[in-house]
Amino acid sequence: MSDPILDIRDLRAGVEGRDILQGISLTIQPGEVHAIMGPNGSGKSTLASVLAGRDGYEVRGGSVNFLGQDLLELAPEERARDGLFLAFQYPVEIPGVNSTYFLKAALNEQRKHRGLTPVDAMEFLTLVRDKIKLLELNEDLLKRPVNAGFSGGEKKRNEIFQMAVLEPRLAVLDETDSGLDIDALRVVANGVNRLKSADNAQLVITHYQRLLDYIVPDFVHVLMNGRIVRSGGKELALELEERGYDWIARETQAATQS
Amino acid sequence: MKPLVALPDLNPPPDPVTEQLTQAFTSQEERLARIEPGWLVALRKAGIARFADVGLPTLRDEDWRFTNLAPLQEHRFQPTLGRPTPDLPAEALDGLALGDLPGDRLVFVDGHHSPALSHIASHGPGVVVEPFSLAMARNADAIRITLGQHADLTKSPFVALNQACFSDGAFVRIPRGHRLDQPVHLLFVSTGRDPGIAIHPRNLLLLERDAGATIVEHYLSLADAPTLTNAVTEIVAGENARMEHIRLQDESKTSFHFGFVRLQQAANSNVAAHCISLGARLFRHEYDPSLDGPGAECVLNGLYLAKGRQLADHHMVVDHAQPNCASHEYFNGILADQSRGVFHGRILIRPGAQKTDAKQTNKNLLLSNEARANSKPQLEIYADDVKCTHGATVGQLDPEAVFYLRARGIPEETARRMLVHSFAGEITHRIQHNGLREALDEIVWDWLESLEAVQIGRRDGSGTHSVAHPH
Ligand SMILES: Nc1ncnc2c1ncn2[C@@H]1O[C@H](COP(=O)(O)OP(=O)(O)OP(=O)(O)O)[C@@H](O)[C@H]1O
Ligand SMILES: [Mg+2]
Repeated sequence: MSDPILDIRDLRAGVEGRDILQGISLTIQPGEVHAIMGPNGSGKSTLASVLAGRDGYEVRGGSVNFLGQDLLELAPEERARDGLFLAFQYPVEIPGVNSTYFLKAALNEQRKHRGLTPVDAMEFLTLVRDKIKLLELNEDLLKRPVNAGFSGGEKKRNEIFQMAVLEPRLAVLDETDSGLDIDALRVVANGVNRLKSADNAQLVITHYQRLLDYIVPDFVHVLMNGRIVRSGGKELALELEERGYDWIARETQAATQS
Repeated sequence: MKPLVALPDLNPPPDPVTEQLTQAFTSQEERLARIEPGWLVALRKAGIARFADVGLPTLRDEDWRFTNLAPLQEHRFQPTLGRPTPDLPAEALDGLALGDLPGDRLVFVDGHHSPALSHIASHGPGVVVEPFSLAMARNADAIRITLGQHADLTKSPFVALNQACFSDGAFVRIPRGHRLDQPVHLLFVSTGRDPGIAIHPRNLLLLERDAGATIVEHYLSLADAPTLTNAVTEIVAGENARMEHIRLQDESKTSFHFGFVRLQQAANSNVAAHCISLGARLFRHEYDPSLDGPGAECVLNGLYLAKGRQLADHHMVVDHAQPNCASHEYFNGILADQSRGVFHGRILIRPGAQKTDAKQTNKNLLLSNEARANSKPQLEIYADDVKCTHGATVGQLDPEAVFYLRARGIPEETARRMLVHSFAGEITHRIQHNGLREALDEIVWDWLESLEAVQIGRRDGSGTHSVAHPH
């Protein structure tokens, strides 16, 4: 077996005065798609935040290995340049920073890190043109400030568009499906699927089986109270859709009591 | 009979600065009476009388609550009126910002016109771009009937002082239907050779009906010295006239700067006034626009950059007297170190000014925990069918935005600078003249790059601020 892209061992993390992740272990191999499901407040976004390196989250134990290095040692921008991508649950509006300028800067930071020459404005445009079509976004978005005044659906598609440009090794999609109508969902899923390859991986956080009809996961994990309480194949998502989370909670409780 | 209790002194003695400046003027009265026309001497005397009467504002004045003028007392300021014109070799202006602007340049050195450094193209009939010192001979009548008629000396003691002490400045008149295609660059250089000089530039910019022009007022110091600049500009825009007015203040960090711009706008005129300020230890800039004809529009668009212990004060009352007018004020401040920003903007909508569209925003970006901003936007509305909005914010860089950029691979420091630049860009992008916008962007860029690491507030601290809401 090849080296994993991501290897999380017994990760414990929280915010000041509060434990949220209570020991998470998860290994993701190249070519795999993992889904994380779980009730509101179970810690899904916290996991995504800890992986991306957001300020304010403290790691209290465990380790995260990303492509053979200690992920937790790296600054957020270093993680990104090494190929980690977080599609935000709530993309931030940045009025005043032009989208093209921003994304070109991001791409060139990554290229510099990899010893490649920076792309100029023309090369950049050629490069993004196909990708913007893939997400069925209007090219005018590139002339606007980052996410400023974008509709909810446009913001989510814009996240996947950025992912398409940056071509990460590991993409963490935090509820990219929420707020999307059914057509947009198909467009986004199609975009994500087109980016899938044998040497990258995707970690898809969602509440809905619906998304997983399009982005078919190899593994589904259920996160509750900061722990992965069950893992299975794609049929687990169907079962959750049908039965909710209560039965898992009960079974988990029974298991810990016995 | 002697009063039993001491009565409060109803006429407190003037502060030393007022006394000093008033005396300095009075000592010249006789000389002025010999060389200047009577109407001008009378105008000056009215100015000094008013100034002596009201004196320098104090913190007790509602309009000056946050701007302490006590540091002016550290110096004995002498007006440059009546002093010889200083010599300045052309090389002194080498590498000057906006130096390669096409079009006319009028240069004033320590308040006096320098013919050697100025160049004026020959214009079509009726176009006047001249210093007062020359225009007085050729256009005495036009000046007599307009000068001092628009900037109201009761609005600020500094307007009164300027009316008394002004030495020179630009007289620009664009005749009906004429549009100047190149910008006019008015450059006010303070040499700093005589610390303690008080320079009083005065400008009168007249656009007749359907006329158009782009005019830049540029204030600059060549050395670090405590000088005082107190400039007054009267702008009169005739019916359907269009003007882009830019005020760039880049004086030394030990100087004091006061600027007052009166805007008198006739029907359907359109004025975009931008002010970019990065210099002076303490400066106060006032706009006094009056939309006097239906359909007039004005945009006041300002960016102030302050660091060290600089204080940047902006003050404006936008007076809507006629229907269907629009006024938009956008002021962004970037405050680093222990600097301080003060903003007071009032929109006054008089009865009958129906269908007014007025908008005002003041945003302050604090780059350190010790920087402070006081912002007071106000609306005073006496008409019922109007659209008015206003708002003020004081804050530090949005940590969420910084994280978003970093999560895409952009280094933290670059991310912060990008956000600061974009905040400045919100203002500079409104400058319509391409060459000027680019040049000013560069000046702003250099200033931002000169900052030490851009701090953002973390959970453990944030700058103090206050945003007062209208009563
Ligand atoms: N920065 C924070 N400060 C305080 N509490 C936090 C913070 N981040 C997360 N939490 C808390 O940790 C818990 C897990 O939050 P998280 O956002 O990870 O949940 P989630 O599984 O993504 O939920 P959802 O499905 O609603 O998006 C919640 O109770 C939340 O309130
Ligand atoms: Mg979440």
